[in-house]
Amino acid sequence: MSDKTPVLEMRKVDKSFGPIDVLHEISLKVNEGEVLCLLGDNGAGKSTLIKTMSGVHQPTRGEMLMDGKPVSFNRPREAQDMGIATVHQFGGTYPLMSVGRNFFAGNEPTKGVGPFKVFDRQKANRIAVDEVQKMGITRITDGDRLVGGLSGGERQSLAIARAVYFGARVLILDEPTAALGVKQAAHVLRIVNEAKRRGLAVIFITHQVMHAMAVGDHFAVLIRGAIAADFRKGEKTREEIADLMAGGESMADLEANIEGYMETHDGHVPEPAH
Amino acid sequence: MRDAFGNFLRQPGAGAVLSLVGILLFFVVFGGVDLVALMGAASWVNFAANMGIVAIPVGLLMIAGELDISIGAMIPAGSMTVAIVSGHYELPIMFGMIAALGLGVIVGTINGMLTIRTTVPSLIITLGTLVAMQGIVLTASKLLTGAASVAVTAPSWAKFAFGSLLGASHQVIIIWWIITAVVFWFVVHKQRFGNWLFAMGGDRDSARNAGIPVDRMTITLFILSATAATFVGMCQAILFNSAQVSGGMGIIFNVIVSVVVGGTLLTGGFGSVIGIFVGTLTFAVVNQGIYFTEIDRNWSNLIIGATLLIAVAMNESFRSLALSMVTRKKTPAPAVQAAARP
Repeated sequence: MSDKTPVLEMRKVDKSFGPIDVLHEISLKVNEGEVLCLLGDNGAGKSTLIKTMSGVHQPTRGEMLMDGKPVSFNRPREAQDMGIATVHQFGGTYPLMSVGRNFFAGNEPTKGVGPFKVFDRQKANRIAVDEVQKMGITRITDGDRLVGGLSGGERQSLAIARAVYFGARVLILDEPTAALGVKQAAHVLRIVNEAKRRGLAVIFITHQVMHAMAVGDHFAVLIRGAIAADFRKGEKTREEIADLMAGGESMADLEANIEGYMETHDGHVPEPAH
Repeated sequence: MRDAFGNFLRQPGAGAVLSLVGILLFFVVFGGVDLVALMGAASWVNFAANMGIVAIPVGLLMIAGELDISIGAMIPAGSMTVAIVSGHYELPIMFGMIAALGLGVIVGTINGMLTIRTTVPSLIITLGTLVAMQGIVLTASKLLTGAASVAVTAPSWAKFAFGSLLGASHQVIIIWWIITAVVFWFVVHKQRFGNWLFAMGGDRDSARNAGIPVDRMTITLFILSATAATFVGMCQAILFNSAQVSGGMGIIFNVIVSVVVGGTLLTGGFGSVIGIFVGTLTFAVVNQGIYFTEIDRNWSNLIIGATLLIAVAMNESFRSLALSMVTRKKTPAPAVQAAARP
């Protein structure tokens, strides 16, 4: 795997906002058909990292490479044109618009000529329904249905299907499962696997270790703007990862404390700290 | 049949259509109105047309998540401009018309630029331009003509196109209203512009990320609403052969009520041109149709208020109906669906 040229690579990227350094020497790479899980607690710098990758921010130092060639994005649109698609929690879907219109917002298929060019609703609906079904969402059968009536997982899946259809090569998923229930999250994870199977490079941002373990090939843990750990699937256990995210051994310490307390207090747990 | 009715209810304009039918029924049952006389009357259609030309672009702005109340000053500004340029200074009517429409473009551009450049809500921005334009129009007419009312006589072609009467008392602006509605219906509901508009009102940032020219569209919409307002003012000046400085505060609320009764969501992202059209008709029937009933016309505002609340409540429930829509005709049998699921 290591001899392949990564689709997207960051080399020692720093990002500062004025005097505040947010990212320190971030080096990451993601290959085709691979899921890179970016783990980190709130405030670890995940959002800044995503925004740097997707062209919202520019790195202060360091370089970004696509297919081995240096790139720099001045606007999100430039990153999108290069095939970097970012899907946020609600995935840029519009609740009061139909599935077909959502899918093609900004890239509508048209028919006719000149000033009488019309939005090809049937074509849009057909493609949209086809594409989401191919991603495994069989519940969406009507392109005229309003997206607000879909579940959170389905909306997320619609957004991913859209990114895949419009030729994304790198898919950045920003906490896609954070607001979802167990079943819905499983749904989204299936879609992530499907995107990976199709050869996309997926960057999956989450703080839920279980979800990361389910799809990830490669893991990077972000703490205070720096990569604290970088390892491949199977090299670390869930507990180790959770500990890392919480900032080293503190989680284990906490657990040990609780266990010690329980041993001396007839199995009762300590009062939570206030 | 049931499906067809269900689909109708899910349209943004359904509440407006039902309100209109409800109002007519109310007038017939409690007001003893003669429907034939009401339908043949010009007063409410004229009223609707003058309001409707402005209501459509204002409604589109609302769909896009913005509000323009400066139209209240732009209607008298449009008529005063025509009257001052072509009446007081006796320039050809063409100059007056271009000046009036150009004024709309300028004020619309200012509204739009301020909206995209600042974080101030467009309600406040257009409140500012509303009051400012009232001051400018009054000052300009006093300075230039020495009066607050100016006469203007249009040549016959302009009179015919913008200020004539069809039959006994229907104003020609009704035709302009219908043309406006058809053009906007086509652009909003058939072309990609409409998709952009709804996306913009639904989620501005996502729309921008999807490559939709959000800023350019905002400016365009503000230009359309301000220009539509000066167009109405221009037609009125040509029709009545004179223009007066007036406040124009009433029309702001009339237009907003029409748009909201028409099923437009105040917070953006939902609505339709047909809905706005019917909402305007409904408002006009209540406001003017009351004269055809035995009901004391002092009640008309009460009826408008009640209509507004009922229509909005209906729109709310129809919208949630639309969100929960699962069309029966296209969905395969449940067994097939279950089988398709892994």
